[in-house]
Amino acid sequence: MSENKKRIVIVGATSAMAEHCARLWASGQAVDLTLLGRNKAKTEAVAADLRVRSPQSTVNVLEANFSDPQQIRAMVDAIAGGGVPDIVLIAHGSLPDQKACQDDLALAAEAMEVNGISPALFAEAFAGHMQRANRGTLTIIGSVAGERGRKSNYVYGAAKGLVTRYAEGLQHRLAGSGVKVVLVKPGPTATPMTAHMAQRGMASVESVAAQIVAATAKGQPVLYTPGKWALIMLVIANLPRFVFNRMDI
Amino acid sequence: MVSSWGRLGQWEHEVRPLAERAQVARQLQAGLPGLAHGMGRSYGDVCLNPDGVLWRTTGLDRFISFDQQSGVLRCEAGVLLRDIQRMAIPRGWMLPVTPGTQLVTVGGAIANDVHGKNHHVVGSFGDHVRRIELLRTDGSRIECAPDENAGWFAATVGGLGLTGFICTAEVQLRRVAGPWLATETLPYTSLDEFFELADASEAEWEHTVSWIDCLSGSGRGIFMRGNHCAIEGRAEPASRARTMPFVPPVSLVNKLSLAPFNTAYFQLQKSRAGQGVAHYESFFYPLDNLHQWNRMYGPKGFYQYQSVVPRAVGRAAVQAMLEAISDSGEGSFLAVLKTFGEREALGMLSFPQPGVTLALDFPNRGERTLRLFERLDAIVGQAGGRIYMAKDARMPRALFEAGYPRLAEFLQYRDPGISSAMSRRLMGN
Repeated sequence: MSENKKRIVIVGATSAMAEHCARLWASGQAVDLTLLGRNKAKTEAVAADLRVRSPQSTVNVLEANFSDPQQIRAMVDAIAGGGVPDIVLIAHGSLPDQKACQDDLALAAEAMEVNGISPALFAEAFAGHMQRANRGTLTIIGSVAGERGRKSNYVYGAAKGLVTRYAEGLQHRLAGSGVKVVLVKPGPTATPMTAHMAQRGMASVESVAAQIVAATAKGQPVLYTPGKWALIMLVIANLPRFVFNRMDI
Repeated sequence: MVSSWGRLGQWEHEVRPLAERAQVARQLQAGLPGLAHGMGRSYGDVCLNPDGVLWRTTGLDRFISFDQQSGVLRCEAGVLLRDIQRMAIPRGWMLPVTPGTQLVTVGGAIANDVHGKNHHVVGSFGDHVRRIELLRTDGSRIECAPDENAGWFAATVGGLGLTGFICTAEVQLRRVAGPWLATETLPYTSLDEFFELADASEAEWEHTVSWIDCLSGSGRGIFMRGNHCAIEGRAEPASRARTMPFVPPVSLVNKLSLAPFNTAYFQLQKSRAGQGVAHYESFFYPLDNLHQWNRMYGPKGFYQYQSVVPRAVGRAAVQAMLEAISDSGEGSFLAVLKTFGEREALGMLSFPQPGVTLALDFPNRGERTLRLFERLDAIVGQAGGRIYMAKDARMPRALFEAGYPRLAEFLQYRDPGISSAMSRRLMGN
């Protein structure tokens, strides 16, 4: 049975974007989902919901340490040992307080770790298995914040910039192979991560998830979601410094 | 800034989104008083807490379990009725009671003890709730059910979110053959005819409702009835949602547009009278495909006035209300007349009671609209009726107290850390 089901692994499954992607993947045919989360109870709640939505699907939960490279390697090897995934979504992250990071380097280090290094290491670990199998799609959530450093958000932006460069490198390495790497750059999205900010004008997490799922199906190399952010970031990234430096963003 | 569905104004709130049910009990304790707020689809001030905290429940939208054999669903309070219908109907189950929009949360449906077109058969939403997990702002947790902490249960069903935070609930779904209903549409030209149709339909038809031309005075309208039916292999319609893209500078519903629109609608429906087949979404939720339709009433927003009056005086009371409305020239084409079944709701503050209910939208035209409501209040009060709190933004306290005789009993169950604009208006705190 389970051999015919699409095998999907989600790292950071309790993120609102990841959870909504999982709902969409499970809403069609039966799938074999593996959910990785730092918090077991929270991840189990997501899994229980998916089991109700899709009783034919298999949903497994793994409690994961997101910062230890050896544990990341071991965990990914174990997952791939059960069959190389068709889709891997790397979605974990947290929005740090920029000011607090400036004052406390430990916070800055932790923010760069969880938003930058950890996703890159998960991507690296999965990419090897997928390259050997010569198939699968690796979708990584970056951010428009990774395009140009801004004073309000550059710790997060630097970490997401790392994810962007890493994904580009993987895309270069895997070009011409059967493996696709999709880099997602969401604009501000209404999720618990941004709950403390004014949510007016933010994209809904449902619409962002729908675009991520569609881009993953197509193997689209870069997705800005909502699409208008491609244009906005093109402008922001190319503004001359004397203009940019006057902006309060 | 948050407004309710009636868009009568917007008020400063501190909105705190909730996303993880294990964290809720702790989150409820910081910064009171608060109020649970789901989709904000109630019309008046029942979902508002100006200058206070709103606990936004839409992130608590997980199913917990569903038993395919028994049809018992457990879920978090922020799950939308839409998502329950979409999950359950393909498996042969659906919600036994659904209001005119499925874009509301389970918590909101319980707190307002909402009703549907089949009240005479199955009662209101609370009649199908098996269990509620209530979190109090003092940190305590109360499991209540019809036979366990029954007082808490009766206070919480229809309790406007004031007895505690509804965190999770267990709902009994009902069997259904599929997404289709066999329908019949019948024009009527007087209230007598309406009541005859309503009585004649009670035994054989599960769903009955009618649109009424609020300007007609005589009470002409369109009676609609439906039963669930099995149709094999018919393709479900693709959803075609649109959004009302902006707020027009004046209400699109006004003196110039209303009478011609009502006449045109009546004639159109009359020409379509007879039997048909409808998908459940278009039958139950005709307006859900026009997102933000409430914008059509313009920048001042609108009121909805929904009352229920006992059957014995129902005909005369409805007639009197229609005459008052017709006199005033106020009103909207969104006007619904329906009979309730002979059953008392279980909630202490539940709205449904045996009788006939009339619901009408009114574009907000300030004093003129409020003066009309005073006339309607007098009719409702004299008839021994009550007004639906999920719709209300202005009823006087005396009418509230007369209409809800179990109020004193209810007040014993209030959570002192929870308050709403409505509770302050009608209950003093």
